[in-house]
Amino acid sequence: MLVQIDQEKCCGAGHCVLAAPDVFDQRDEDGIVVLLDARPPAELHQAVQDAAAVCPAAAIQLDQAPDRA
Amino acid sequence: MATAAQTPRFTHPAARGTCPFAPPPAYRQAQQEEPVSRITLWDGSASWLATRHEDVKAVLADPRFSADSTRPGFPFLTAGVRQLNAGRPTFIRMDDPEHARLRRMLTGDFVIKKVEALRPRIQRIADDLLDRMTADGRTGADLVREFALPLPSLVICLLLGVPYQDHEFFQECSRVMLRRESSAEEVGAAQDRLVDYLNRLTEAKRTQPDDGILSRLVERGELTTAEIGAMGRLLLVAGHETTANMTALSVLALLRNPDQLDHLRRHPEAVTGAVEELLRYLTIVHSGLGRVATEDVDLGAVRIRAGEGVVCMISTANRDEDEFPDGDELDLTRDARRHLAFGFGVHQCLGQPLARLELQIALATLLRRLPELRLAVPFEDVRFRGDMLIYGVHELPLAW
Ligand code: HEM
Repeated sequence: MLVQIDQEKCCGAGHCVLAAPDVFDQRDEDGIVVLLDARPPAELHQAVQDAAAVCPAAAIQLDQAPDRA
Repeated sequence: MATAAQTPRFTHPAARGTCPFAPPPAYRQAQQEEPVSRITLWDGSASWLATRHEDVKAVLADPRFSADSTRPGFPFLTAGVRQLNAGRPTFIRMDDPEHARLRRMLTGDFVIKKVEALRPRIQRIADDLLDRMTADGRTGADLVREFALPLPSLVICLLLGVPYQDHEFFQECSRVMLRRESSAEEVGAAQDRLVDYLNRLTEAKRTQPDDGILSRLVERGELTTAEIGAMGRLLLVAGHETTANMTALSVLALLRNPDQLDHLRRHPEAVTGAVEELLRYLTIVHSGLGRVATEDVDLGAVRIRAGEGVVCMISTANRDEDEFPDGDELDLTRDARRHLAFGFGVHQCLGQPLARLELQIALATLLRRLPELRLAVPFEDVRFRGDMLIYGVHELPLAW
């Protein structure tokens, strides 16, 4: 899995940090998303998918092609 | 394809049915028969109504639907709401990029970690309020007045740098602003008084700064006093009315669902998920969220034309059977995180991390400290806030 974020789109709601704190963080000054791990281990994939699904600003893109796992 | 020529189904807001926790039956019926339908608004104008989870999410996430209430066709829910939005006051009724520029001046205050750091202070506030509520062997009180309302009011005052001793003044202003029956004049006058108060407070921070949000916005130097005052008004009103009503209504819903209450008492650690389910089930922003199309957009089976309004019913979306099976049941073990109680898209609630923390602390503390908690009046006598823009109960008389 390859995770990509779009800081322009992010509205700082913080769902991703609640869902997958090992993969996402927030900038201190304005709460915008920071990517901690672009290729998270398999056990975190479900949490990352949850984060992408609840992101209100569609700021998280997942590439789940097996060859990029 | 259906268009605006369709006949309106009913006038928004429709009357509630027998269950005071459920959205009015007319919306559920629309959801099943005609998920995107036509309604009439208070002033006789027509609007679209979106009722399904998928459609509501699609509208709120789509930049072709504008939140800018100065655009012709924007669907106002009451005369008072139109008055509230006269003169384009705050970013909740603006579009990006201007919305994002202003919102990002505040998002830093609602970062998950920073909000979490407030936990001990909010816990102390909750404990102090309960100490007072139960002092001298008292065995009953109105939860709204003594706990549900003061808790978020104290917290938002602390964050903004607003003196809590003025709470009767600003709570009365918000009550008038959020009453559905208030005339445009009444809303205008209450809003002017509140804005005037916040402008004066902001001016005072220029000479006597503190570590609150108003002071920080002053120091930033990018906004006028009037712009900071308007942001302060939005945060002050949104910051206490919502959480207060959500707290009281949650307690009542738990008392009416004893098996769920029992579950939460036995599993206090489940409070995080319980709050999400209560947010879904109760959806206190019960009049829906308004948007206006800036170009023609197809939504489900209908074509919405540029300039036509849409009311997004987050309450029915949150009970959509396709998304939440048995959605009319309160089930604290459900994964309810996809609920739309805080909205969706770039306007999704800025204060949600704070609201979640306050609700978690309020419910956990109440249940822990008052194991005998019960309703002190017959359920039929509880006054629900059908007359207000934010749903809830006017009072909640409890005994323990
Ligand atoms: C249970 C409590 C709450 C609920 C149910 C709630 C609900 C909502 C909803 C539905 C919206 C979206 C409006 C729209 O899209 O038109 C919203 C926006 C907003 N809320 Fe909340 N809210 C709550 C608590 C709070 C708190 C505690 C604060 C402040 C500390 C707050 C501040 C805001 C602000 C500033 C916006 C505008 C965001 C924007 O336009 O970007 N809310 N809220």
